Amino acid sequence: MSKAEILGTIRRGLGRGTPTDGQRQAVMNRLQAHANNLVPMRAQKPHDEQVELFKTMALEAAAELIELDSSAQVPQAVADWLDKQQLTELVSASDAELTELDWSPLGEIRRVERVAQAGDQASITTSFAGIAETGTLMLHSRGDSPTTLNFLPDVHMVVLKRSAIVGPYEDAWKKLRAKVGDQLPRTVNMITGPSRSADIEQKLQMGAHGPRTLVILLVDE
Amino acid sequence: MQINSPEFKQNAHIALHDASLQKALGNLKAGFPEKRAAAVARMPEFEQLRDEARDLKNHILENLDIYLEQFESKVVENGGHVHWCRTAEDAQKQILEICRQVDAKTVTKGKSMVSEEINLNEYLEANGIQPIETDLGEYILQLRHDHPSHIIAPAIHLNLEDVSEAFHQAHHRPKSDDPAVLMKEAREMLRKKFVAADVGITGANFFVAETGSTIIVTNEGNGDLTQTLPKTHIVVTSIEKVVPTLEDMTLFLRLLARSATGQEFTVYNTLSTGPRREGDVDGPENFHVVLVDNGRSDMVGTEFQEMLRCIRCSACMNHCPVYGAVGGHAYGWVYPGPMGSVLTPQMIGIEKAGNLPNASTFCGKCESVCPVRIPLPKLMRHWREKEFEKHLSPKAVRWGLAGWGFFAKRPALYRTLSTTSNWFLRTLAGKKGKIKKLPLAGGWTDWRDMPAPSGKTFMQQWKENKR
Repeated sequence: MSKAEILGTIRRGLGRGTPTDGQRQAVMNRLQAHANNLVPMRAQKPHDEQVELFKTMALEAAAELIELDSSAQVPQAVADWLDKQQLTELVSASDAELTELDWSPLGEIRRVERVAQAGDQASITTSFAGIAETGTLMLHSRGDSPTTLNFLPDVHMVVLKRSAIVGPYEDAWKKLRAKVGDQLPRTVNMITGPSRSADIEQKLQMGAHGPRTLVILLVDE
Repeated sequence: MQINSPEFKQNAHIALHDASLQKALGNLKAGFPEKRAAAVARMPEFEQLRDEARDLKNHILENLDIYLEQFESKVVENGGHVHWCRTAEDAQKQILEICRQVDAKTVTKGKSMVSEEINLNEYLEANGIQPIETDLGEYILQLRHDHPSHIIAPAIHLNLEDVSEAFHQAHHRPKSDDPAVLMKEAREMLRKKFVAADVGITGANFFVAETGSTIIVTNEGNGDLTQTLPKTHIVVTSIEKVVPTLEDMTLFLRLLARSATGQEFTVYNTLSTGPRREGDVDGPENFHVVLVDNGRSDMVGTEFQEMLRCIRCSACMNHCPVYGAVGGHAYGWVYPGPMGSVLTPQMIGIEKAGNLPNASTFCGKCESVCPVRIPLPKLMRHWREKEFEKHLSPKAVRWGLAGWGFFAKRPALYRTLSTTSNWFLRTLAGKKGKIKKLPLAGGWTDWRDMPAPSGKTFMQQWKENKR
């Protein structure tokens, strides 16, 4: 009832009736073309420069950055970081990229694979893409990487491969479509730095409801 | 929300004398405009992006029905539901019905101006369901039984002391004058509520026809917890927010944060597409999109269609001298500032909102910062015309305009009168060239001196210089 009224009012306003097949086809063609709009120059650089831009922008957004030569160094780097913060537990995503690593460097720190719960100290996930333009991580939900890991714990640690860094957001969408096909996963997150709010007197405070700290482990391989 | 727009003049008068409000508004003036300017300076293509965004929005509006139907079919394909709601009441009832279906007791909410527009919180409460605002600003307001005074910084009219007092009353903890402590307190208090809620309601900054996705843009992460933890996620949004593709959404995202807070990008930009998938271990099991019209479709094809390009960034109010002087509550309804002065008359009627399009100096700053180039002064002028046509303007305005019209149509008389009044004002001003008191112009001279006209009239100068 409401639907017919709303669409009818729009069509009257546009001075036409139900769209013709031609009009619908024009819209469908546009939807399928996935054409880019203007892409800023800053996002169109050689890959090495994109990596540098990603690092600069991520740091500007108050993320912490740890650079590593290989994935094999991730467990030690994570252990060192958690030790320094005196954290004792790590909730982990269960994708192969993480599970196949040797986590023995964690020592006393407990590592569990599950969804996040209120009160969790730290989580670790991988990131599907890094977007240089603004130092943004792109993650998506799936059985082995639940979305709560990205939001509930106090600390979110994210493993990102240098090769996964792209220039503009548009390249990340292309990468995502190539991976998952036409249907997007339930959740796609673009994350730029840790949680914050300026709702009290417009003064910026870090750590509102999401993670207070975002640690990016940038892996070269 | 109660409508106080007819009392704009009185509201503005009170606001100008409210020391606490004036202090709080100082934070706005110092903050947003400078941050936006810095962000724009770092993006050399900003003006081109604005042109493209305006053109894309125009394309969307010309095909709005097709994009909306396409969006609906994709949401259904992904296992979600779309509910079309012509009025605010339709939307209230629809949301209540969904909540009742899952026997909801508490509902967490991300920040949503459409939910303010449809007065959702009061309606849910009246029907036995407890809504919990989770955005820090909105949470503060809910504790104070207050309403947003700004579309992206809802508690901008409050000072630290107000927040401290509200938290002390609600949480029974010692008062603190440290914003960090207060935020930590809100984080702790809300954590349990996020987990316990039966339904999560968020708005949407945009929704995507290509994929059937909705997107929220937040800095706190509250919206993400709201929509990930409960079993049911309801998105309440309005019909003009549809965009064709992810690439098109990206164009608007590049403009939104820079225009709004001056950030390069907002911390969390999150796309939601249907309910959780087979194999997913978290995320909602039900996904509903409530599409609100509430007067928008009636704007299509009218002189107000351009207003439907608005992406709710708040740049217009952040740069508005009137908003900066009186704040958002003076406008008397949900949407303040220049965008509100155009939208409010459409939604609550020009009879009630006639003061708003008049509350402008027409300095044009709003249009100059609008990311989708909405000619806000022109649209406010259209409302003034409508108000005049409907004989709603005050007598003084009508007589004043009629009087001016009389002289304007008689050039010789007009010139004589302007030369005489010129002389009169200069005599009144004396040597200093400033008038301290002027009959019938107390609204001006109570606050500042009126400068006297300088020298000769335009016509005299024209005659002398022939140009």
